[in-house]
Amino acid sequence: MSARPVEVEVEVGTELPEQVTRVTRADLVRYAGASGDFNVIHWNERVAREVGLPGVIAHGMLTAGIAARAVTAWAGDPGAVVEYSVRFSRPVVVPDDADGAELTVRGRVAALLDDGRVRVDLTVTSGGEKVLSLARAVVALG
Amino acid sequence: MALDAGLVGRSYPPSAVYEVGREKIAEFATAIGDPDPVHRDTAAARAAGHPDVIAPPTFAIVLTLGAGNVVVEDPEVGIDYSRVVHGEQRFTHHRPIRAGDRLVATATIDAVRTVAGNDMLTTRVDLATTDGEPVCTTHSMLVARGAA
Repeated sequence: MSARPVEVEVEVGTELPEQVTRVTRADLVRYAGASGDFNVIHWNERVAREVGLPGVIAHGMLTAGIAARAVTAWAGDPGAVVEYSVRFSRPVVVPDDADGAELTVRGRVAALLDDGRVRVDLTVTSGGEKVLSLARAVVALG
Repeated sequence: MALDAGLVGRSYPPSAVYEVGREKIAEFATAIGDPDPVHRDTAAARAAGHPDVIAPPTFAIVLTLGAGNVVVEDPEVGIDYSRVVHGEQRFTHHRPIRAGDRLVATATIDAVRTVAGNDMLTTRVDLATTDGEPVCTTHSMLVARGAA
């Protein structure tokens, strides 16, 4: 039960505010420490290229965590997200510069479910390419 | 190497107890750029109806990674970790994870498949309190790319 309910009328097709963020190498280091995922491809260019990647890539779960923010900010309560699923379809390459990679998250209500829950489908892109597919959240708005 | 379908249903012993700390929740929220005070401020969390600060929806990956390693390291699974990428991830929250939770993670092999030479291994991790209250169920699908 959320004490911060969404005040707008929600229907199929309702769009979430677009969220645009940037991910830098520093963000990858910070996420590695916070998550405990120290896979070398997320911080070492040499190793990333050796395994056939175009460069250092973001942790998939960092991308997924940033994308989920678009839902929790819209819902008003992170505790309202009862289900969240993603497929990692394309790596987010993070260049070694101050700007990093851009990440754009769009979302729309795709279905109204029972008990005041709704399904939100997300479109997550970097440089115009989809980086997550089947990114979906079930949110309890009641 | 194709994964053995007989592995499906294999369960592993419960993890050591993981105590969820408020600083860890705040650190994780900062790492995903989430400014919401319900991840940092007990008063804000209580005002939103939670007993204490709650974790972001993807925080459960911290426990899932550790619990999933027992599967990847199982010699009978025989997966080559150097070829592994994270394919899919799902979280089902029975309630939000919050500061002070004492959680135990139990991993089970949920599905194995081989498609076009790539092995796909789905592990379910059940997170429950030490009192047995279910908190979160995660499904992680790893892909081991076939040797070219």
